[in-house]
Amino acid sequence: MSDQPAPTDAKTPIRAIPVRHWGQQVSGVIVLAALVAFIYAVATNENLDWSIIAANLFGPTILSGLWVTISLTVLSMIIGVALGVTVAVMRLSPNRVLNSVAGGYIWAFRGTPVLVQLLLWFNLALFFPRLGLGEFSLDTNTVITAFVAALLGLGLNEGAYMAEIVRGGILSVDHGQSEAAMALGMRRRSTMFKIVLPQAMRVIIPPMGNELITMLKMTSLVTVIAAPDLLNRAQVISSRNFYIFELLIVASIWYLALTTISTLIQMRLEKRFARGVAGVAPRRRRILLNLKPGRATSPVITPGDRPVVYAKGGAGS
Amino acid sequence: MSTPMVTAENVHKSFGHVEVLKGIDLEVRTGQVFCLLGPSGSGKSTLLRCINHLERIDAGRLSVDGQLVGYRERSGKLYELNENEVADQRRDIGMVFQRFNLFAHMTALQNVMLAPVDVRRLPKAEVREHAMQLLERVGLADQAQKYPSQLSGGQQQRVAIARALAMKPKLMLFDEPTSALDPELVGEVLDVMRDLAASGMTMIVVTHEIAFAREVGDHLVFMDSGVVVEQGAPRDVLSNPQHKRTQTFLSKVL
Repeated sequence: MSDQPAPTDAKTPIRAIPVRHWGQQVSGVIVLAALVAFIYAVATNENLDWSIIAANLFGPTILSGLWVTISLTVLSMIIGVALGVTVAVMRLSPNRVLNSVAGGYIWAFRGTPVLVQLLLWFNLALFFPRLGLGEFSLDTNTVITAFVAALLGLGLNEGAYMAEIVRGGILSVDHGQSEAAMALGMRRRSTMFKIVLPQAMRVIIPPMGNELITMLKMTSLVTVIAAPDLLNRAQVISSRNFYIFELLIVASIWYLALTTISTLIQMRLEKRFARGVAGVAPRRRRILLNLKPGRATSPVITPGDRPVVYAKGGAGS
Repeated sequence: MSTPMVTAENVHKSFGHVEVLKGIDLEVRTGQVFCLLGPSGSGKSTLLRCINHLERIDAGRLSVDGQLVGYRERSGKLYELNENEVADQRRDIGMVFQRFNLFAHMTALQNVMLAPVDVRRLPKAEVREHAMQLLERVGLADQAQKYPSQLSGGQQQRVAIARALAMKPKLMLFDEPTSALDPELVGEVLDVMRDLAASGMTMIVVTHEIAFAREVGDHLVFMDSGVVVEQGAPRDVLSNPQHKRTQTFLSKVL
């Protein structure tokens, strides 16, 4: 017989010394030391009054500002998404009038700073003192309050960006999909809303989540038109008690909390719209997979790639 | 003789400066299995796509079941149909694509159910029952709840055939339905098509499956560089080609 060892039935685990990541360990220690030093410096700093932060974090003024920030974000995003989808569909329409109107809108609203747009809306009364026609008109300043100006400024600006995101998503859907719908006799509107847009969502959701987070932070700009948002309320308090840094930290804590929650929502939505691509693994397992370090929330799949499938039975059965 | 389902008279089509169809004259009779054969680039897929107006012809006349494709004729003048009218014309023509083109975000059953509900406005319960019968017919009733990405190529193509049949079309167009399949999956799709042909469906099939054309086809057209080179009963054309180009092509594929 040969001198090769006989194959054993039982699997013997490999015993080996794993690769040592020395660089990672050394840098880890350095980062940890720096972090400890920073926390110590902050905690023992006499210039920072922690009791002020604690007292204001859940104070009524801050909470009212928080509410304004949240409602501004949600409402502007709703305006932005609705407008974005409409404008994107218009932009891709063969109708030249719709197409140019959409192009002009995107050009104007992406081409000027949102801060300027906010100020323009807020000062609309200088240009149009009254809104409406003849007898049916209202004083501009009573219609365009700081909140409404903020909503118009943020929402219309967002719509222009969202339109480009949605357009990119629509273009990413394989042309064969709409061709198949057309061959079945489906009309353009049905094809867009039942076939193309649902599949475009997979591409649209990740940047839309980023837009939501950007929007949360962008609402702080409305402070310049004195809309009573989170930052504005924090500044109102600090202008009375002069604890400027403490109240900025209070605002930052809330902004961080809100963006963290939005990130979690974004992860859920991404999974929802990955349906039909990676939508086969049991929900819980997919979430666990996604929580593993070094893994993106959802595999990015370009149209040419083979979709990742976690089918149990395997294909071809 | 049966009535013509599709008639093409002197059909021309160009993409830019390239003339893909150079005057095609054809007649497809009701109930016929009509096979289009030819080297790639010969214009057979383009001709198929013209029949349901996925491509617009530049010259000539093309009609399906007595109706001009994409136009209305009134007192000698042609009026172009609008988008919705074109969509309405397509309802009665089923199409199966080389790359299946199943709706990726829907299950097999949802794929089959979509058009009858959306286009024909039929009640869901009725459509579901019919869809399940169709999936049964293509041997995939047990896969109804799966998404296209969970199905093999052959299974996807069979769902695609069921989806087209759900509209109860009077004409079925097949654009190289087995060309994107692994060899061992070709048979299952051809079986479904054979069954469909036996049920009397009018079918136009662009294919490279010579055996299928010989066995199932009623009429075979050989095209090359945008013209019809030769046509006739499949058995005659395949075993006794008259034209040099047909002979050269067949010697390469047989």
